[in-house]
Amino acid sequence: MNRGTVRGRALDVAELPTIVFSHRSLMWWGTLGVMVIEGTVFALAVMAYFYLRSHQATWPLTALPPDLLWGTLNTIVMLASFIPAHLAKRAAEKLNLRGVQVWLVVSTLFGIAFTVIRGFEFSTLNVRWDSNAYGSVVWLLLGLHTTHIVTDLLDTIVLTVLFFTGPLDGKRYVDVSENSFYWYFVVAAWLPIYLVIYWGARTP
Amino acid sequence: MRHGPLGEKPHPHKGRTKDGLAGGEVVARVLDETWSDPPGFLGWFCAVNHKAIGRRFLVTCLVFFALGGLLAATMRMQLSRPGNTLVGPDLYNQIFTMHGSTMMFLFAVPVFQAVAIYLVPLMVGARATAFPRMTAYSYWIFVFGGVMLYGAFFVNAGPDAGWFSYPPLAGPEYGAGKRSDIWAQMITFTEVSALLDAVIIICTVFKMRAPGMTLNRIPLYVWAMLVVAFMILFAMPAVALASSLLIMDRLVATHFYNPGEGGDVLLWQHLFWFFGHPEVYLIFLPGLGMISAMIPTFARRPMFGYTAMVLSLIATGFLSFGLWVHHMFATNVPELGKTFFTAASMLIAIPTAVQIYCWIATLWTGRLNFKVPLYYVLSFFVILVIGGMTGLMLASVSLDSQVHDSYFVVAHLHYVLIGGAVFPLFGALYYWYPKFCGHLMSERLGRWSFWLMFVGFNVAFFPMHILGMNGMPRRVYTYPAELGWGTLNFVSTLGAATLAIGIFLTLVNALRSARHGEAAGADPWGAGTLEWLAASPPRTCNFAALPVVHGRDPLWQGVPAGQVDHVCGLAADVREVLCTTVADAKPDSRMIFPEPTPAPFVAAVATTVLFVGSIFTPWAVVWGSIPLAIVLVWWFWPSQREAEEELALESTEELRAEQA
Repeated sequence: MNRGTVRGRALDVAELPTIVFSHRSLMWWGTLGVMVIEGTVFALAVMAYFYLRSHQATWPLTALPPDLLWGTLNTIVMLASFIPAHLAKRAAEKLNLRGVQVWLVVSTLFGIAFTVIRGFEFSTLNVRWDSNAYGSVVWLLLGLHTTHIVTDLLDTIVLTVLFFTGPLDGKRYVDVSENSFYWYFVVAAWLPIYLVIYWGARTP
Repeated sequence: MRHGPLGEKPHPHKGRTKDGLAGGEVVARVLDETWSDPPGFLGWFCAVNHKAIGRRFLVTCLVFFALGGLLAATMRMQLSRPGNTLVGPDLYNQIFTMHGSTMMFLFAVPVFQAVAIYLVPLMVGARATAFPRMTAYSYWIFVFGGVMLYGAFFVNAGPDAGWFSYPPLAGPEYGAGKRSDIWAQMITFTEVSALLDAVIIICTVFKMRAPGMTLNRIPLYVWAMLVVAFMILFAMPAVALASSLLIMDRLVATHFYNPGEGGDVLLWQHLFWFFGHPEVYLIFLPGLGMISAMIPTFARRPMFGYTAMVLSLIATGFLSFGLWVHHMFATNVPELGKTFFTAASMLIAIPTAVQIYCWIATLWTGRLNFKVPLYYVLSFFVILVIGGMTGLMLASVSLDSQVHDSYFVVAHLHYVLIGGAVFPLFGALYYWYPKFCGHLMSERLGRWSFWLMFVGFNVAFFPMHILGMNGMPRRVYTYPAELGWGTLNFVSTLGAATLAIGIFLTLVNALRSARHGEAAGADPWGAGTLEWLAASPPRTCNFAALPVVHGRDPLWQGVPAGQVDHVCGLAADVREVLCTTVADAKPDSRMIFPEPTPAPFVAAVATTVLFVGSIFTPWAVVWGSIPLAIVLVWWFWPSQREAEEELALESTEELRAEQA
């Protein structure tokens, strides 16, 4: 690996690469920092759910548990979206323009799909946010995750457009890689939230 | 050099001029030009240079400190004699809430981040903070949050439920008007700012250190700020979430804190103190870091026990998350749980003690240079030890239940926070002022200021211990004469006035010295860390050539014969920076940083519209996000020229391998 060239008392770094991925990239660390913050918010919201539940004799208070259909379907769609996100990342790390274009478009379609299904999820929660504390915390969890889905979808759309219109340079491949990295996080964060929302209201 | 993915052409000449000492002053001037912010009034809103942002951020925090101080002075005037009618109960509630909220959220945490934004790049040998435009955005967001809070206060809508804003008092049932909503949104503003700055500091320290500055050569101040930044990542989300739940309870009728519908008011206390206790250490650790920067300089020897110091900082960071329930000993949490938190509260004294012993060892074996910063450092030992002692007392459930919500607690927290943070901060201001301004502050005026502050502080706050044990509760706007609290309160007010004069003298000193102070030179104290390698004030590009580091105190240890001492080969006419590896700080890659732009400012305005709008209608979250999204896309979207410059300097490992 290139570590610079010694020229007298100077360390010449002009030959170092500019396009680096994963933990070698400053952007990766920034993305990771944001994930830690948001992961902490999710974890605390889940703790709030169980804190409230632990203080009640019946749960979900007076409401019915949420319908399983849309939430489970969305979980499957999200897990499937790992594939285009991963392929976009792989194409980006090989600086493959065509591959990035294709997989970004597919990722965008997946993003639109789970945003739409999310709408159905809200409508089959069987409780309103202002009915009782159970309703409040369920809407909180689903709402928090939805903001992540929407922002990630917008990011992906912007990147997709940029990859067709330009101006592009090699650094944008790093952005695609980080976008997929963040996508992994949004999907991975959904799994515990799914279990809490849909099964936390069903266990005795 | 090659073409872009869609056939974009590289810039014809940018990136050819390289930095390094060989180019001499000519190249250094080019670098200064490259890294400067645009001139003029409009240019002021485009600034991204970390020194410009850091300076503004610091001044803004000190203005909030002064405002919070004026509020404190008003409270001391009101309490100076029994039955006083200077301030009525409603205004008094707003004043103590504003005082606490200002000092905690608009001064104590951000002021240390402000100093870090200025100093950390200089101390690790870099030309910028990571993500310079985000640095600017987080500053603007902070300013707007503070302005909103004070704007509300001036129209009699200042929050009045205490700085920790407990429901149900702050909830929809008892918290009338918009006061608590203002408080909750102020939290959102300041936490967004603090969280972004934490990410910036972590990335700067991890990836932008000078070659050779391995993990075990990072200056202790930078270590402290790194630990603080990590703590912020895990602590601040708790208060941001808690205050969002509070505002939702108030605005859209959720029931998180409403026991009537299955909610729980103690949920607030858990979430708040899960942030609130680490908060104490967020305020305290930067002060420790500053002390660790000053003591070696004024003891004229390297720090004793560097590794133990670093491990203590990290241990404090971890332990601080296991203490929050000791703020809730007066609630119905299980007794066994309280015992655990008592033990943890006692335990955290150990890493702090390790650091104090290391400092004493350094001072003991050094040749002391008695300058004003050292006075502040030494006073820290006295004040903090008293604050720490009362802290150990409060960690015991039985004693805590006795003095809970009394002036004993007020005395304790001011000893810890002023002793642990404000005195080190003032020492640090005297210490780094020559670096910021190029002139030394007056020693004579500095000593006057110090002694007035030290004596005034103790006279103001020591009597509060006794008042508390005599039963005086916090947050009362007045008291009858028969209770016998009059004399001690009067003494306390005199002390507060003395403290204020002492602080004022430092302000005078700073303003006077900016013009009339003795010229400082690069390293007026004979210190060993990299910020003293830069000129005072540092040139726009910080360093004409980035240094290469061979030890913990590079300026003292110098460069071994035959070794490299500086970096060359970064573009001088483009904002190119060097990224190094996380553990060993080996040169790893180059990166081009963005140029000044008004986008962060405009984005902060759009964010403010969303946040403030949502106090009045929840729909603001929906329509407010549209302009924000547009601004953010504009912020991100690259220009033709940026892509050209990028391509002119572009290189990948594959490309290099092909050429070879």
